[in-house]
Order: sequence, then structure tokens, then C-alpha cells
Amino acid sequence: MSRLGLTEAIDKALEVAMADDDRIIVIGEDVPMMRAGLFARFGPERVREAPISEGAFLGAGVGAALGGLRPVIEIMFVDFLAVALHPLINEAAMVDTLSGGRWQAPLLVRAACGGGYGDAGQHEQSLWGMLGSIPGLAVAVPSTPADAAGLTLSAFDHFGPVVLLEHKLLSTFWLEMLAGRRRPGAELDIPESWLRGEVSDPPAPVPFGEAVIRREGSDLLIVSVAVGVHRALQATEFLAAEGIEATVLDLRTICPLDREQLTAQAAGKRGVLVVDEDYGPYGLSAEIAATLAEAGVEVPYARVTATGVIPYAPRLEASQMPGVDRILAVARALLDRHARHGHDVVHDVAQSLVGLDERH
Amino acid sequence: MNPEALYRQMARMRRFEEALGDLHAQGYVSGEMHLGVGEEAIAAGVTSHLREGDALALDYRPTPVLVGRGVDLTSMLAEMLGSEQGLSRGHGGHMHLLSPEHLALSTGIVGSPAPLGAGLALAGARLRPGSVTVAFFGDGAANQGMVLETLNLAVVWKLPVVFVCKDNGWAVTTRSARLTAGTLTGRARAFGMPAIRVDGKDVTKVERTVGQAMERARRGGGPSFVLASCRRPRGHFEDDPLVRAVRHPSELWGMLPDSTGGAPGLGQRLKVLGRFGRTLFQVMLDQWIVRWDPLPRAARLLPRDTVRRIDAEAAGEVDMAVRSVLEEAGA
Repeated sequence: MSRLGLTEAIDKALEVAMADDDRIIVIGEDVPMMRAGLFARFGPERVREAPISEGAFLGAGVGAALGGLRPVIEIMFVDFLAVALHPLINEAAMVDTLSGGRWQAPLLVRAACGGGYGDAGQHEQSLWGMLGSIPGLAVAVPSTPADAAGLTLSAFDHFGPVVLLEHKLLSTFWLEMLAGRRRPGAELDIPESWLRGEVSDPPAPVPFGEAVIRREGSDLLIVSVAVGVHRALQATEFLAAEGIEATVLDLRTICPLDREQLTAQAAGKRGVLVVDEDYGPYGLSAEIAATLAEAGVEVPYARVTATGVIPYAPRLEASQMPGVDRILAVARALLDRHARHGHDVVHDVAQSLVGLDERH
Repeated sequence: MNPEALYRQMARMRRFEEALGDLHAQGYVSGEMHLGVGEEAIAAGVTSHLREGDALALDYRPTPVLVGRGVDLTSMLAEMLGSEQGLSRGHGGHMHLLSPEHLALSTGIVGSPAPLGAGLALAGARLRPGSVTVAFFGDGAANQGMVLETLNLAVVWKLPVVFVCKDNGWAVTTRSARLTAGTLTGRARAFGMPAIRVDGKDVTKVERTVGQAMERARRGGGPSFVLASCRRPRGHFEDDPLVRAVRHPSELWGMLPDSTGGAPGLGQRLKVLGRFGRTLFQVMLDQWIVRWDPLPRAARLLPRDTVRRIDAEAAGEVDMAVRSVLEEAGA
């Protein structure tokens, strides 16, 4: 057992897996520095620095996977994946089907994601919903170091491409690099419990498609991933003080999605609230609503998500992040609606803070 | 490889392409169909050097190379027909012919074989030392960012890959020279790799040139770029409207109003017409005037009766494969 951060836990899992399997190589920009430990142990052939050409090295990663390697492709931020989606969407995710099940591209794409530290728009997206909509892609979004390590190990047993998203607000590595965690006046005030956790040695694999219950309560089901899980847990403390007991379900992988546990937990609750930092429309939150509707679970539903481009100024940025205040406001309104058997839609009140809505 | 063996492969490829064209015309193949007629010398020149463990990243005209590589003809035809007996059990079709046993893949996205080929080469260098990967794409693909990025990557990683650019002068319906700055060999050289131009209609020259590039890659000397000129007599795909207009001029009039109707003023209309005319003239050249066909050139190196015998054997092999898949399909 050791206490690790999210990034170190993934690196630890990579180290274990790489020691065990020569076919695993890491490719990415700046990896000799970013993955110094792996670089020192496995050398420049297996921890391979790449030029700033995501299209080429992600495409080459797919080719390498088809050629028999198990590449780990680091796309520094998930936002940058947008310049290189082709090999992932059209090649890696499709080759299993297009080959009639005869050829697979088992690669792990690792990327940092998420906002809340002051980079705005092009560096703060989540995008897991968009990725999850592509058939053939597995998408893992851990909320704890143990899960991050375990999902990394499971990725090497998965037959096809996996995207592993590492939320920056949960990573001391990324926060120190980007958000000046040691800079006076720029403290983000992130609880230590979000940033470090116990990881067994060697880490235990975490199967894909198995959500986990972080807290149990009979009134409300809150479904989330990554930092949203921690925010939801914070919110449940306030709700409990008001006599509302909530279950918090951490999906861990959004693709495959643990639909079974989702519907089982939703049944009998007074409301289901999705806390999702990704864009709301057409995203994970919508998929959860569809899953419940298709399963015939009749339960009031609401979501707290990003709805637009994430702006810069801390107060504007916070209006897009699914923070505790927004979660509480929407949770109360949701349960209130249930109590009144009303049909008025629960809107996420905090969105109007952005101040640009009038134009739309 | 001797001229007879090279010609034999080219004859098999040609017969196969023609059979595919016929099956497409008869409605057995759905969707578009991009044939590699005219590319046989390039395909045979490359496949003659391939060994166990070598890999191929192909574009959406993959069949000549796959025929030369020894992929089962019946499986490929069955795939085109969408049959359960096909290479991908009918899931891939003509743009996604994938043969893991041969480490050979094709892709429908212009330029994609470049990065995929680089990755296959990276895997080859680690898992199959001494192997080489050949990545094929056309001159139109040479303006894709991922291709240019990959040329850089292949050099800095010193990958055992040979990029074979089949230069037929066209990017779908556009003359690629109009939209390509500099020269393609100049671009490749700027990245620090050897770049060689070769007449892609001359199988002997292709074989020699590509052989040197592949040998260099096998020895750890890194990537090379081969620019092989060829023609595209059947157009971008079967039923290419430009080719149809040239073959059946009566259809031309149906196309003209669309290209000039929106243009204001006589001068502008004449400009549009002139450009259209030049494009059609180029298509016409490819169709009738220029000697596009690599087969007669390869045949000249052989006695006539040898050529006749090889042609008959190739026809027999392909026709038998066609018959067997049509029977299987109940046609």
C-alpha cells in the first residue's frame, strides 16, 4: 500500500505493466520529462518522445497496435485530441468491426482533462461524452488513484482502444505544473482527500463497466465521474444536514456504462441527479437519462453540467463547473418538484451567471 | 525477381481489377469502387520484395497490392459481395480490406496509410527486426497534414518504412499540380529522407528503385520516399462522371448547365467552361492518348507465347474465383 496521487498511480500501473510486457511502449510529447521515472527505467525506445504532431503519432500508435505492440499514446490534454481524432475514430475504433473481428488495435490513449484552474476553453474540456459516443472506444474516467491505476491495468487486457482521462483537479502533478499550486495567492484550495489515495502494490485491476457506490442514501441518486464524484460527496454533507440522504454512484468508465447498477440504484429514489463536468447536450448526462427512460425507471431527473465554452475569470469559470452550490440548488429543486408532483422542469440556476446568454 | 514472375503478378492484378469492375457494373458490389488499373507495375515492383513479417498500409485502391501479396482472391471477392465467406465476413467491403495474416490493411481515408504505416514499421522494428513496411498513398494525399507530419516522424524515429506515392496527377477531379506547392520529392528531401522519382509504368525500374529503398530500411537506414508516376484510366472511381463524359459525350451537355448556370456574365461563364474543358481534356489524355498501360511494357520483355500462357493462367485463376463466389452467392 502506498499513498499516491492520480498521475503517480497511473505511472505506477504503467511501470508494473511495462515490466511484465515488452510490447508496451509509451509515446508522447515531452514524455522523457513528464514520465521521467518510466524513461529512466525503460529507456528512450520504450518511452519515446514525439514531435507536436498528434495526427502522426496517434496514427502511428494505431499502426503499432495493429503491428503487435501495446502503445500508450499520451495526448497531453484531451482538447488536443481534436486535431487528431481521425486515427482514433476511423481507424482504431473501427478496425475490429471492419475486419470482421479478425484484427484489433489495443492502444491506450492517456490524456489530462477538466477545468477549474484558470486555463479556460481550449485546455479545460472533458469531452468524454463525445468520445463515449464512438462505437468501439472504451472511455475510463477515474476519480481515485486506486481506480486510475486499476483501470490502467485493465486497459492492457482490453481488446481495443481505451481512452483514459486524468482530471487535472485531482492531480498534484498537473496542478503543480499548470496551476501554480505552490504560487502564493493562486491556491485552489483542493482538499487533500481528492489528491491522494491508497494504492495497493501492485495495483489491483479495476474491471471496465463496473460503477461503484461511494455513499449510500435512500432519497436521491447522484451519478458522476472524476472530480464530480468528490463535489457530489461534499454536497451530500450539506444535503444530509437538511434531511436528504443521497447515494453517490461513481461510474469509473462511461463506456462501457454500468447500466445495470445505474437503473438498479435509480429505482425507488425520489430523484436522479447527474453531475457531469462535460457538456450537457448529447453527452453522458443525456445518455444516463435515456438509459433510465429505456429501462422504464420513472424518476425525476436533473443534471448539472457545463453548457457552454468554459470562460476564464474564476467567477465565470465557476459558473460552468458543476460546483457544490450548483449541485445543492438543483438537488433541492429536484426533490421539491418530486414532493409537489409538479411538472415544471428543473433548470440549473447557476448557468445564468455566465452573462452571455441573452445573445442566444 | 525475373521479368516473367513480375509480369505474372501484373497479369493477375489486371484480371482481378477488371473482374471487380465487371462485378461492380453488374451490381454485385455496393458503393463506390476505386480500381487500381494502371498501378500494377508499382504494386508488382513492391510486392516482389516482400518477405514474411513485412507490413503494408494501403489506400482505397488496395487490390493490386493484395493480389501480389498472395491474399486469397476468393476471400477478397467474397468480401466485395458482402459475403460471410469474405475476408472480413462482409463487414469491411472494398475500402477496408484487412488481412492480419499478411499484416496488410487498407483504409478509405486519404493519407491515413502514412501514419498507420509508420506505426506498423515501429512495431516491425521492435518485434520483427529486419522487416519493412510499405505505405502507399496518392499525390492528392501529399497535401494531408498527417502525411507531412508522418514524413517528419519517420525520419526522427528512423523507421523502416518506404512511402510509395502513386502520382497519377489527380486529386479526385482536381489536377493536383494546381493545388500542390513545390515538388513532392522536394518535400520529402526537406525532411531529410532520400526521395526518388520513378516511372511507375515500368515495372523493372520500380522493382529496382523500391528494392533499394526497402533494403535501406531493412538495414536500419530509415525511411525513403518513392514518387512513382502512373495514370488513372478509369477515373477516381467506377462511374467517375468525368470519365463518363469523355466516353459518352452526349452526357456532357447534362453536366454543363450546372457548371455555368450560376456564373454571372459571359466572361465568367467562358472561364468556367474553359476550366471544365481543360479538365476534360486531361481526362481524355488519360483515356486515349497517353500510353498509360504498364502491362504491354512488361510483356515486351517476354516471348509472346509466354505472355499468352501467363494471361490465360491469370484469367483462369481469377475467373474461377469469380465463379466460385457467384455460385456461393447463388447468382
